[in-house]
Amino acid sequence: MNNIAGTKSSLVWAVHISVAVLVIAWLLPTIGLFVSSFRTADQIATSGWWKSLFAQEQTFTQRAAAPDTQVQIDGLYVIEGQIFEGDERPAIQTWGISSRAVDAFVPGEVAELRRGGTVTLNADGTYRMENTEEFGGSRGQRIFITAEVPPEFTFDNYYTVVFDPNNIDGMAKAFINTLTVTIPATIIPILVAAFAAYALAWMDFPGRALLIAAVVGLLVVPLQLALIPLLKLHNDIGIGKGYIGVWLAHTGFGMPMAIYLLRNYMVGLPRDIIENARVDGATEFQIFIKIILPLSFPALASFAIFQFLWTWNDLLVSLVFLIDSTGETTVMTKQIIELLGTRGGNWEILATAAFVSIIVPLIVFFAMQKYLVRGMLAGSVK
Amino acid sequence: MHPAILGILTIALGVGACIGYFFLSNLFLDKVLFPPRGPNAGRNINRANLIRPWLFLFPALFVLGLYLAYPVFATLWLSVTERTSSGNIWVGFENYTQMLGEEKFWEAMRNNMLWLIVVPAASTGFGLLAAQLTDRISWGNIAKSLIFMPMAISFVGAAVIWKLIYDTRPEGSDQIGLLNAIYLFFGGDAPQTWLTLPFWNNFFLMAVLIWIQTGFAMVILSAALRGIPEETVEAAIVDGANPFQVFFKIKVPQIMGTIVVVWTTITIIVLKVFDIVFAMTNGQWETQVLANYMYDKMFRANDWGVGSASAMIIMLLVTPILVWNIRNARKEMR
Repeated sequence: MNNIAGTKSSLVWAVHISVAVLVIAWLLPTIGLFVSSFRTADQIATSGWWKSLFAQEQTFTQRAAAPDTQVQIDGLYVIEGQIFEGDERPAIQTWGISSRAVDAFVPGEVAELRRGGTVTLNADGTYRMENTEEFGGSRGQRIFITAEVPPEFTFDNYYTVVFDPNNIDGMAKAFINTLTVTIPATIIPILVAAFAAYALAWMDFPGRALLIAAVVGLLVVPLQLALIPLLKLHNDIGIGKGYIGVWLAHTGFGMPMAIYLLRNYMVGLPRDIIENARVDGATEFQIFIKIILPLSFPALASFAIFQFLWTWNDLLVSLVFLIDSTGETTVMTKQIIELLGTRGGNWEILATAAFVSIIVPLIVFFAMQKYLVRGMLAGSVK
Repeated sequence: MHPAILGILTIALGVGACIGYFFLSNLFLDKVLFPPRGPNAGRNINRANLIRPWLFLFPALFVLGLYLAYPVFATLWLSVTERTSSGNIWVGFENYTQMLGEEKFWEAMRNNMLWLIVVPAASTGFGLLAAQLTDRISWGNIAKSLIFMPMAISFVGAAVIWKLIYDTRPEGSDQIGLLNAIYLFFGGDAPQTWLTLPFWNNFFLMAVLIWIQTGFAMVILSAALRGIPEETVEAAIVDGANPFQVFFKIKVPQIMGTIVVVWTTITIIVLKVFDIVFAMTNGQWETQVLANYMYDKMFRANDWGVGSASAMIIMLLVTPILVWNIRNARKEMR
């Protein structure tokens, strides 16, 4: 409707800008976490993530070489060296030798040491300590440096969170556990619901309308009601807390949605094909496997995405039906909750852990968005 | 055994058992019980067709009954009983009166009412705005995907994302939370600990759910907007209506049905949502909501009676929507 008379160009610009603002507002939170997951703990704690692209002024402590490296030159005891280890040489702004005055000197100035002698730090990080007497003690002189640190990003957080076998806060096991919950909890309901949806859509039997109404009603039953009675049941029949229980629970809770979506879709399939197959002597089972299932692919895909996202992101069902006191079967959402409790301030761990748990659903979401939208439209609005 | 192998094994077992049931039960029906050949072929086919729907439906009905229908009654029963060493004993409405006497419960109710008003309204509002605006521009589909994206993020993940936004550093040091940085930039006096501000912290928690649900509302409403016949819009423009009049007087009334559906869907989600409060404040600082209150009672205080009673309150609140849904479905089927 872009070119209808009456659409003013100034309004078009307002639309562009409003959409841009909206998109940025919706993206910023996630970007903040994403950027944070690549920063070091120091950087996160000292500056906002939105400043991470610019050089930062940072103060840190280095030590000059120990006194046993001193040499005698022309009657003077001298310690020389480079204050920075490694190749990085941030530009030094100010420096100092006491924690009470970390910015007392600019590069090139000479500082008097408390125990005698002088020290000079140059802009390139080289320093020279001089004394008429021998330098004592065993450790090098402390030097405080305030410098512009260029933006720096690292994969270390991801290494720590995902691969480090010594990290008890690691996400590797939780990741596998989440997969173990999610894959069967996605496939089993699809299979079960597809058969049921076919029966409700194309088979004739007494009570069909009543069953469909029941499914619609169960769509809105809050799963909170199910927690205690089912936990009791699981304990009584011996599955207790474990994968079987959590699969069954996810299957049950996803079932109304699955049947509703799939039935809505299957009802719309052309009657001729099914009737023809019946006349040709195909059994209902063959019709279902060979005709209905392939034709229903879009609906199956859209439910699969729903169920996948829902089970992957679930906390409550796993908390109640899966995770026991040993913590062996913890899922990622629960692991993050634990981290929020114990490592509430460690944003580098939290941000990375959260991103590890978000990344798979995001990939699925962007790859299969078309089906997700289709399913939502079939499920919510007729 | 390596957890990955164990995982794959259990997956194969679970899915295999499911496929096995359908395949073998149908095989049994067709080959052994009522084979469609021999002298009774016709009768057998009819009998098999009487049984087969139930064969197809059985697993679905079984889990529906066990995991959704039975718990409604079991929880109702639990809510009027007290757990003792010698089993559950009938106590009538004692759990309910105990619950109604608790300040925390009323706090949860008040907050929930606030959530029920604000979240669906804001999500639907933003969704409608986004749907209308993105429909008219060339990069609208990309914009839609990006606004829609939080739908894929777990409530827990979203809680972490927003906790970073609400983060507070002591006065004088650089703020790493976006909200405080903006607040100070625009002349705020001191950094605020947003999540502990009574009353207002509820809104900071709601922002998370609104952020997630707006994409959902946008997608559905955008489809509804596309379904509006163009003649009505053109006629209004020819008659001299400005864009705002076209939107509010022509378009919105035509998609009112869809708006109601979106609104109720989000309402149901609000009633069930527990992870956000659980992860961000755990109901402290007067942010309790019903779902988290229930979890607290059931699994922390181990008070199944009061926990079940509060679960029944949630059920009570969704019942009107349940009835309305069923009536709509029946109308459609006719």
